[in-house]
Amino acid sequence: MLTFLLRRVLAAIPVMAMVAVIVFAILRLTPGDPAAIIAGDSATPEQLAQIRQVMGLDQPVYTQFFLWIDRLLHGDLGTSLLSGTPVSAMIAERMGPSLALCLSTITLSVLLAVPLGILAAWRQGRMLDRAVMAASVAGFSVPVFVTGYLLILVFSIKLGWFPVQGYRPLSAGLGPFVRSLTLPTLALSTVYVALIARITRTSIIEVMGEDFIRTARAKGLGEIGVLLGHALRNAAVPIVTIVGVGVALLIGGVVITESVFNVPGLGRLVVEAVLGRDYPVIQALILLFAFVYVLINLAVDALYTVFDPRIRY
Amino acid sequence: MTWKLGFSIKKFTLAAAMAGVLGAGAPALDAQTITAVMQSGIRVLDPVITTAHITRDHGYMIYDTLLGTDADNKIQPQMVDKWDVSADGRSYTFTLRPGLKWHDGQPVTAEDCVASIKRWAAQDKMGQLMTEMMSGMQVVDANRFSMSFKEPTDIALRALAKTSGITPFMMPRRIAETPPGQPIKEYVGSGPFRMVVSEFKPGLQIVYEKNKDYVPRSEPASGTAGGKVVKVDQVKWITMPDSTTAVNALSNGEVDFIEQMPYDLLPLVENDEDIKVDVFDPEGYQSVMRMNHLNPPFDNKLVRQAAMYAIDQQDVLQALIGNPKYFRTCAALFGCGLPYDSHAGADVTVKGNIAKAKELLKQAGYHNEPVVILQPTDLDTVKAQPVVIAQALRKAGFNVQMQAMDWQTLVTRRASMAPLSEGGWNIFATNNVLAEAFDPLRAFGVAANGKQAWFGWPDVPKIEALRKQFALTTDPAQLKKLADQIQALVIEEGVLMPLGQFTVPAVYRKNITGLVRGPIPVFWNLTKTGE
Repeated sequence: MLTFLLRRVLAAIPVMAMVAVIVFAILRLTPGDPAAIIAGDSATPEQLAQIRQVMGLDQPVYTQFFLWIDRLLHGDLGTSLLSGTPVSAMIAERMGPSLALCLSTITLSVLLAVPLGILAAWRQGRMLDRAVMAASVAGFSVPVFVTGYLLILVFSIKLGWFPVQGYRPLSAGLGPFVRSLTLPTLALSTVYVALIARITRTSIIEVMGEDFIRTARAKGLGEIGVLLGHALRNAAVPIVTIVGVGVALLIGGVVITESVFNVPGLGRLVVEAVLGRDYPVIQALILLFAFVYVLINLAVDALYTVFDPRIRY
Repeated sequence: MTWKLGFSIKKFTLAAAMAGVLGAGAPALDAQTITAVMQSGIRVLDPVITTAHITRDHGYMIYDTLLGTDADNKIQPQMVDKWDVSADGRSYTFTLRPGLKWHDGQPVTAEDCVASIKRWAAQDKMGQLMTEMMSGMQVVDANRFSMSFKEPTDIALRALAKTSGITPFMMPRRIAETPPGQPIKEYVGSGPFRMVVSEFKPGLQIVYEKNKDYVPRSEPASGTAGGKVVKVDQVKWITMPDSTTAVNALSNGEVDFIEQMPYDLLPLVENDEDIKVDVFDPEGYQSVMRMNHLNPPFDNKLVRQAAMYAIDQQDVLQALIGNPKYFRTCAALFGCGLPYDSHAGADVTVKGNIAKAKELLKQAGYHNEPVVILQPTDLDTVKAQPVVIAQALRKAGFNVQMQAMDWQTLVTRRASMAPLSEGGWNIFATNNVLAEAFDPLRAFGVAANGKQAWFGWPDVPKIEALRKQFALTTDPAQLKKLADQIQALVIEEGVLMPLGQFTVPAVYRKNITGLVRGPIPVFWNLTKTGE
């Protein structure tokens, strides 16, 4: 197992290097000039050249690349071309809301979806199963921003229980922290509950047809014991996979939810940086997301061995 | 009845539980903090390096200006106590008000102001013109400095009272000596607010607190002039990427002010008794079309005129704004309702005339050369114009090619002087804030000095000669005459086509009073009462 983990960590190095080259190349091939964005409409060519020089954008592309890699290897992600703020500080600032939203959504989704999926599988073809599946179709079909606006309308505007927008860190107190996260978590969870519940149901139904389930029942084990003790554990591999993918997506890919609830997360930072052609910020974020995907895949693969002893690395 | 009662009890119990655990209701805003949703997030904090409006507005919070412009567009003293003009009209001596202090407690001196003017003048087009006309600028003593000019002119007053574009904000000498193309790293001004540096989150939030050492003028606040009296403790600017969320937050009392309200969301707040919809800048914005004089077919004056005849302002504005309450057709290049309002060339620019456009195209010998229109798709304020322009040109017989892109790509692409085959272009549209385009010197789009001019690079020496004359003239009647002549020439030569004028409403909660009218959203003079 240790060898496996070590091998996977080492394999991540060329992956990250390739991501670095690709993201750098794509950004330099994309039209757009951060100097022109900063200088505005009335800038003269001389002023633009001066700003490019200050930003280091007047140097050949390969020089810019090697300078960036050199800084990266020294743990320096660079500074934002637009604000002059260190990129690491910007990411650290936005990481908190993204992580909080990711963890709350995944926790709530797993807590709701796995039992619902098990129940639906247990009552396959009956009313409960149909209700859960119908709800999951609705969860998939309704766009998150619609769910978000509805939640805001009911719980913020009408009932006044939660704020419409904004994020309060845990340091501001547990109450404000929970209140600021509740509605975005609920909005995002509708999709993930639907997804995880469907996967859980399908996996359990598949496992319930296996011989060892019949053996367990023949040995007199109750239905709950069969479901939780035998079926769920064997059905866990696809569930863990989908939860892992969900975590990775939630860290950087929930721009719409972050916008609707004005949560200052990493997803919004990516979009802002792309629109502003803030190269160091985009490069650092894409690398970070690639790293998160590598880590999560590794964690998911490692978890497989916990749930399925037949898997050995 | 039973169900209703049961539901109410449940709701009450749940609400009480939530309130107990989490604190009930929408977060109450601090009565002494104004929370404003501004038009965009602020990232660049140096108002001399960029023309971004949000950075200019930030400049008005923490810096002060030597002169201001009041609501009637009259130049007024601000940091300056008085100015003296020599008998020959070539020399100006400015005396600073006593008691002016930087946020670090140091006194404001004439040396600081001279250094600030030099840095600003190196970046700003009007500043560059002023420098060309100047023979010298000297510090007289700690409170006085003078500017001398080669010929009699009041350009010093007009330039130092400039409210927009790049505004001449005053900074301490040590900061003002930063090279003009390099962003400053210290944000110390002498303005009515101080920036709370620790609270700055690029693109998300900036917080200002009242500068308790600021000594406001005694006159009432008017435009960027008069007494900048701060009546709240803090002003917080936040960014909200979603306008509907911003409106919901305003309705819920989480924010106090939204600087720019999308027209389609106005019905959500127009009947809200706690919210007021208002237009603070009655002249507002002007949409304009620019043709590239370097590339065919617009290297031909007749083809440029044909394109201008083809377009109908009403069509553009209807597509762009939609609500006639907030737009008007306008022939004036320097703004309707402003000092240089003029109808010169109105027959070309206001109402579309396809027959005339076709006739001109025939006369010009147009041979179906492609016309590349740059079409930004990500900004609501500029995405409708290219579509309407393209339709009008097609009707007139042009071979139009639309090229869709994001605005930042357009900003880079329009700087290209290359032919179409190498990434060049023919037409783009944008908007001017009339506060920075209301005379022939401020409106950099009318400059026609070839490759030194704004993108499109028109070369009409006669326009430049008239602009120079405008800079040297002080008589209001003569200035108006010159502006009319410039407008007529700009239209005739197809330098810049006005596409109409529009305003953008702001919305705010009614417990906010004392808002100052003008093109710049300023936060002095505001009072916030409890609700």
